[in-house]
Amino acid sequence: MDPQAKTKLARQFIEAIPHSRELGMRLDEISDGFAVCSMGYDPRFIGDPDTGVIHGGAVSALMDTCAGAAVMSHPDAPVVTATIDLRIDYMRAATPGQDIICEATCYHVTRSVAFVRCVAFDADRDNPVASAAGAFTADRGSASRRSSEALS
Amino acid sequence: MKRPEPVQVIKERREAALAALVARVPYIQFLGVQFDRRGDELTAVLPFKDALIGNPALPAIHGGVTAAFLEITAIIELGWSSLWPEVETGRTAPGDITPASLPRLPKTIDFTVDYLRSGLPRDAYARARINRSGRRYASVHVEAWQDNRTRLYAQATGHFLMPARDG
Repeated sequence: MDPQAKTKLARQFIEAIPHSRELGMRLDEISDGFAVCSMGYDPRFIGDPDTGVIHGGAVSALMDTCAGAAVMSHPDAPVVTATIDLRIDYMRAATPGQDIICEATCYHVTRSVAFVRCVAFDADRDNPVASAAGAFTADRGSASRRSSEALS
Repeated sequence: MKRPEPVQVIKERREAALAALVARVPYIQFLGVQFDRRGDELTAVLPFKDALIGNPALPAIHGGVTAAFLEITAIIELGWSSLWPEVETGRTAPGDITPASLPRLPKTIDFTVDYLRSGLPRDAYARARINRSGRRYASVHVEAWQDNRTRLYAQATGHFLMPARDG
């Protein structure tokens, strides 16, 4: 598949994810193993009622989606992928009221695994809110076999 | 010897404390996570709904939902374990437990999720185990399953910064 068609397919897939829509996620950029996703501040996503800071889980969902998008758009990875593991480090609380932006890079793909790094920011671009590292399935077995089934 | 408290009084106080702890966090309501209690043991329940789907083709629960569900389970377990001694002394009546009287929630330092199987479009359950809880840091392991308790669909380990205590 040519890269442009692949990116288009990955975009369609990401934009159709029900939970990502529920979180109001936007896919701002996607190409060749790199993706940018963002999410607006919403009081429904608050995790710490004392400060109004967004729950880590909402940031996890953003990073997981963005990491998946990076894998899908990588020239050597299949368009279907599933998370094997994801580790998130929370460096600081996201500032209430600001968008959260995630940048994901799929930096290596083997015959069966894709490796991804992500960073999440708010308006202060010099001080990341969180960073993540994950492994995703990149199973290109028979076309009928879905990679997430490889785990079940 | 002092007569033990009636069981209904104890239950009511425990339920009020747990409900207050959970009700404070908007994101828990957003996902629809509930908590079952047996004594001090908590089981988090995530009732399935279409808004939780991450892969419409399978369909499967979003990996981010699973991560969030496990993180919520860990944080509530930590909050509950620090609230428990207070609840058990019987000093607090159910009406005394207000959002302002609850301890501040721990902050996540890091969280690692291990996806073992795809999350099926049905209810999920999770339990957290506090492996170490110091004055400042805590390490928590969480297990999540759907139909069979022994077939985990995800597990996670996280480290948390505990809120500073008064005094």
